[in-house]
Amino acid sequence: MKLTTALVHTGVRRDPSTGSVSVPIYQAATFEHPALGQSTGYDYSRSKNPTRQALEDGLARLEGGARGLAFASGMAAVHCALQLFSPGDHLIATHDPYGGTYRLLDKVLGLDISWVDTADLVAVRAAVRPTTKGIFLETPTNPLLKMADVAGIAAIARQAGALLIVDTTFLTPYLCRPLEHGADIVVHSASKYLAGHNDVVAGALVARDEAIGEKLFFYQNAIGAILGPNDAWLVIRGIKTLALRMEKHQENARKVAAFLEAHPLVEKVLYPGIGGMLSFCVKDQELAAAILGRVKVILFAESLGGVETLITYPWTQTHADVPEDLRRRLGISDRLLRLSVGIEDAGDLIADLRQALEQGGGQ
Amino acid sequence: MKYGTKLLHTGHEVDRATGAACIPIYQVSMFDQPGLDEPGVFDYARSGNPTRKALEGVLAELEGAAGAFAFSSGMAALSVVLMLLSAGDHVIATDDCYGGTYRVLTRVFRRFNIEATFVDTGDPAAVAAALRPNTRMLLVETVSNPFLRQTDVKAMSAIAREHRLLLAVDNTFLSPYLYQPMQDGADIVIHSATKYLGGHSDIIAGTVAAREADLAKEIYFLQNAVGAVLGPQDCFLLMRGIKTLKVRMDRQVETAKLLAGWLVGRPEVREVFYPGTGAMLSFRLVDASLTAPFVERLQLPLLGVSLGAVETLVAVPSRHSHASVPAPERVRRGITDDLIRLSVGLEEPADLIDDLAQALAHAGGEAAAVEAD
Repeated sequence: MKLTTALVHTGVRRDPSTGSVSVPIYQAATFEHPALGQSTGYDYSRSKNPTRQALEDGLARLEGGARGLAFASGMAAVHCALQLFSPGDHLIATHDPYGGTYRLLDKVLGLDISWVDTADLVAVRAAVRPTTKGIFLETPTNPLLKMADVAGIAAIARQAGALLIVDTTFLTPYLCRPLEHGADIVVHSASKYLAGHNDVVAGALVARDEAIGEKLFFYQNAIGAILGPNDAWLVIRGIKTLALRMEKHQENARKVAAFLEAHPLVEKVLYPGIGGMLSFCVKDQELAAAILGRVKVILFAESLGGVETLITYPWTQTHADVPEDLRRRLGISDRLLRLSVGIEDAGDLIADLRQALEQGGGQ
Repeated sequence: MKYGTKLLHTGHEVDRATGAACIPIYQVSMFDQPGLDEPGVFDYARSGNPTRKALEGVLAELEGAAGAFAFSSGMAALSVVLMLLSAGDHVIATDDCYGGTYRVLTRVFRRFNIEATFVDTGDPAAVAAALRPNTRMLLVETVSNPFLRQTDVKAMSAIAREHRLLLAVDNTFLSPYLYQPMQDGADIVIHSATKYLGGHSDIIAGTVAAREADLAKEIYFLQNAVGAVLGPQDCFLLMRGIKTLKVRMDRQVETAKLLAGWLVGRPEVREVFYPGTGAMLSFRLVDASLTAPFVERLQLPLLGVSLGAVETLVAVPSRHSHASVPAPERVRRGITDDLIRLSVGLEEPADLIDDLAQALAHAGGEAAAVEAD
């Protein structure tokens, strides 16, 4: 089955008792047991809920993994994956990750992290120590949109006996399936493209094999940062149009990138040629701030991956938790803006950006 | 204002923009910002959602707390409280605690070099004896699970003050309507809101309330950083459940008292555990062989995990709530297959008594028949 078909059929045929095409929203905490020592397979919704399971099974299928798990947020998903490590363990991590991931890795879990440019295979290899237990990478990175060679890093991880965890929130399984390239766990902030409508906060993990899946399930159940049934259902609903949306996001992003490249007030455009995210540097900080106030079609808001185009200012928003000197070193400047290109008409987006750049005679 | 009125009028129940008598369900992940230097009240729904915020306001009011926070499950709430600790810290916990609490302490936080000692927190001397120089927290259940032993929060608070410990109280079994632990000195109150607060077996949710603003800030940092937040639909349902907390609890406690007294007189029952408050009761059958025929014969109570619902629920703790506790530890605590736990619901008491009577008689008859063979 082609992925596009699988996407549309997520959560379908889950209710043989009525034939309902859409999986019911099981707003239930507990499930009656047929008899003592027997179970319908469902006992308590923290452990397993039929709506959440329809999503989790769908996620596993889309990523080509053995097991999917859905969480209350992308950060809850990352937190669960990091439970596979213990304090003091050495990990290699992308040096410009999402600010929330940086905060978890740096402040919350007591891990020993080497921050590395994971777009650079040589740098990744050089950071491996005999004690390295895991590699955590984002591809592309946020907000600099650098792509990593997942297969190359998977080979390094395998050799080091380290677990490879890949966050592909920006690409989704429609554009990139890291498990096929040797990753062990895929991470998503499902709030973004998977759900796609800026209407849910959700996270997901997909494990390559059942053994890793079981371990992740233990922590999902023990810590309990699960996704509620209504939100699980909305993510399923979003996934059905993922292929159409991603095609349009990507087509629009390419057009907007080309427009920005050619604009004299834009210094640099960061767009990897794939997906719907791009960042760009304008000539000074004042202009960056002004654009945020001038956009009319585009929303000035954190988050990304929704049908509406969003613009954000990583310097004080998504990456505020990364220390200033590190931000500067990474190239996250106060002139950088990040666009999550939506599925509006590309011409309208370009016209909005043009007026925001040029208002007040900026030309 | 009486507590029953406060449950309905916390000041967080009306949508100010429209006057709607219920807070809208903000099914949204992010919020449009007015301008770069004028951030809105909300930016990203993990960090703050208006529906969740209204619920959290209600929870803080009900506990008399500086701040309260809603989580995706009771275990997520409890885990965040334990994340206040650092490697090398020691926590003293109620030995007769929920199985999930035992599991997360011994199998998750132990890895982070946070050690737990389980003692009978109903006995302040036992708690004092378990203190170590690195003890940082007392984690107690007001009414323990499954033996329903009460812990004196005032006595725990005295120990906590003297030794500068955080006192975290899981008050799931009583709910804030029957008891507010902060009045007796608790620093933190935890609920599995799936239970009495939600009350309808329809959501999984957890809450944490903090007495002091500084502590509330720390908990908020962790809620946002780890992200185990409660979704808006579930927040709405929890607020909806809280509105009937008083009427449900009043009725459930009344029926529980009646059933506890009735069970004491039954020949199939060896021992009844009921603390005189709350709507949970446990009882030991004269023999474990009665357990399966009894629970399977019951017509009204639902057999399954969880508690605190409008429907009466029956569980066998050794198989359900405490299955995650290793078998030797379960036996040591007396959680064996002859123990039954009842979460008393809103059915007519006479119907419950009739049902329990026929199921006990059936189970007793089966046991007698086996003996006669």
